[in-house]
Amino acid sequence: MDQYYLNLTVIGGSFLLYIIIAVWARAGSTSEFYTAGRGVHPVMNGMATAADWMSAASFISMAGLIAFSGYTASAYLMGWTGGYVLLALLLAPYLRKFGSFTVPEFIGDRFYSRPARLVAVLCLVIASLTYVIGQMTGVGVAFARFLQVSNSTGLFIGAAVVFFYSVLGGMKGITYTQVAQYVVLVFAYTVPAIFISLQLTGNPIPGLGLFSTYEGSGEPLLTTLNATLADLGFGSYTAQDESFSSILNMTLFTLTLMIGTAGLPHVIIRFFTVPKVSDARLSAGWALVFIAIVYLTAPAVGAMARLNIMDTIWPNGTENAEAASIEELPVWFDNWETTGLLGIEDKNGDGRLQYYNEAGGALDNLGTSELAGNELVTFNPDILVLANPEIAQLPGWVVALVAAGGMAAALSTAAGLLMAISSAISHDLIKRSINPGISEKGELMWARGAMAAAIAVATWLGLNPPGFAAQTVALAFGIAAATIFPALTMGIFSRRVNNVGAVAGMLTGLIFTVVYIFLHKGWFFIPGTESFPDTIEGSFFGIQSTAIGCIGAALNFAVAFAVSSATEDTPEEIKEMVENVRIPRGAGTATAH
Amino acid sequence: MNNNPRTPAGRSDRTPSGSNDTAARRSRDHDYWRKNIRIILGCLAVWAFVSFGCAILFRPILSAIPVGGTDLGFWFAQQGSILVFLVLIFFYAWRMNKLDREYGTNE
Repeated sequence: MDQYYLNLTVIGGSFLLYIIIAVWARAGSTSEFYTAGRGVHPVMNGMATAADWMSAASFISMAGLIAFSGYTASAYLMGWTGGYVLLALLLAPYLRKFGSFTVPEFIGDRFYSRPARLVAVLCLVIASLTYVIGQMTGVGVAFARFLQVSNSTGLFIGAAVVFFYSVLGGMKGITYTQVAQYVVLVFAYTVPAIFISLQLTGNPIPGLGLFSTYEGSGEPLLTTLNATLADLGFGSYTAQDESFSSILNMTLFTLTLMIGTAGLPHVIIRFFTVPKVSDARLSAGWALVFIAIVYLTAPAVGAMARLNIMDTIWPNGTENAEAASIEELPVWFDNWETTGLLGIEDKNGDGRLQYYNEAGGALDNLGTSELAGNELVTFNPDILVLANPEIAQLPGWVVALVAAGGMAAALSTAAGLLMAISSAISHDLIKRSINPGISEKGELMWARGAMAAAIAVATWLGLNPPGFAAQTVALAFGIAAATIFPALTMGIFSRRVNNVGAVAGMLTGLIFTVVYIFLHKGWFFIPGTESFPDTIEGSFFGIQSTAIGCIGAALNFAVAFAVSSATEDTPEEIKEMVENVRIPRGAGTATAH
Repeated sequence: MNNNPRTPAGRSDRTPSGSNDTAARRSRDHDYWRKNIRIILGCLAVWAFVSFGCAILFRPILSAIPVGGTDLGFWFAQQGSILVFLVLIFFYAWRMNKLDREYGTNE
């Protein structure tokens, strides 16, 4: 079958599956709409959380990021998994016990304060909206490449599918589609990786293959990779790249990603759907199992793809040998050149492709022709995962599967984010702040309306992505780390932090983090308005803006404790509430409210 | 859901029994919480040791230990810490279930 029709069948089939699930999992009450009726099995919830969590960035970009920055990119691997330890130990069980529908609801109730609730809604909306832009553009790109429609048509189709199952089914519909999406994406990610690992190392498990012997050289894969990179003038794969990230910066960046992960509302609300407190703890473990399957594979995909590409371009080695002839390059070069993500320029006119690092110093022994500059002029790291099956010459159905997997990753995360946004609006803004007398039916209508509106906004942002779309990591994780995570942990672990302290703390964390990011990335990300370069040397104390969230969190804690101890103690009933949240007993009763 | 923000959810588990019973339960609940905090701190120490310790700060010290073509610190950074995180969460879930049974705080 033609590749186009194969892609169409696999992608269309996966979409049909999501729609069938949506019709089956309709929501009839606010409890079903917000928390899937709190009846989701912990393993199921783990799977749904994994899909919710793994975004277009995890699926498409992470392996490419690792391939081109090696050890330094470990911050993402540790940061995006270590957050689950914090969730399981510090947040999920207690928030499940409290039994709220949304994250701002806990903050508003625990700190008995409408301003606290509204600040939490604000932080949630900023963090989630910036995050959703990347998902929507990801869907558009995947459609454009694999189904040859325009980016915007692809985006509309994706948005329509999400609209269908999230407006109809709320959290219930989203949960079960996310389970299906996880299955699609995990196969799409691991199948090509297993084939490549077998080809390169003979080991069927990519995570083990990474530390095995490379069959092409008889040496360990990473040793060969480092040697080949050195020949081409690139830095070592396994060493700390000091110009890119210092030890201090890497530590703070990892910590920011960890506490940011634990503080992202769309992940937290997934733990509201399990029946018991003990299920919430266990479910975090299952979520990490399902995430780890992909995250232990990603570094292998990165290293192996990098080596594969260099071997394709320098088939006879790098020592006084010919580079590959441009005429005879594999067909995937042509495929990806048309998308603009890959670019070749025969600078020295010898008909061969010399790929090396121009800034890498004297490379006398490289190739046989006179070098006139690196000829692989464009190579977007995102290609690595999407072109992986083609690079490894895998059958057409694997290519189609990767396309469906990329879309599953983007759609599942988009739905989770939209759920977090719409429930904060209908429950915290309408029900708990503006119109407390609203009936359940009325609130459910608002919930569906808010979801539809959020999808419309996200689609518009996907069509007109603001210049800062690429900065979401800094903004979303920074805000979640500096505002939501500290507020939640203080609400559980301290009886003393009061309304004034919490609001002062959150505002300090929010303003400090956002201003620090704007000082380094430009005010509202407008180029040219930044005061400091966002590099290790140029930034304040050598801390890049992506790593600042944990400092914002520390300030949040400090200000909240200082202000609380200088103001009135928390009322007795709040102390009682905190005591109650800490003990699992009686979580079933909380559900019945 | 509860409409009054001042009334904590899940409060109904307090039975209207004698004040002595309540005081005894309260002190057991406080004990339970202290033990929980100790377990959390232990787990977080391991969490920080493998990720910030082995993978970043102590990597130079561990660089002499080879693992599959590179060093132990690199392995911890790209694989080891994720595996330890997994063990930590399941250990915590198991340990807390046990503690819940001991203190009768389970659901």
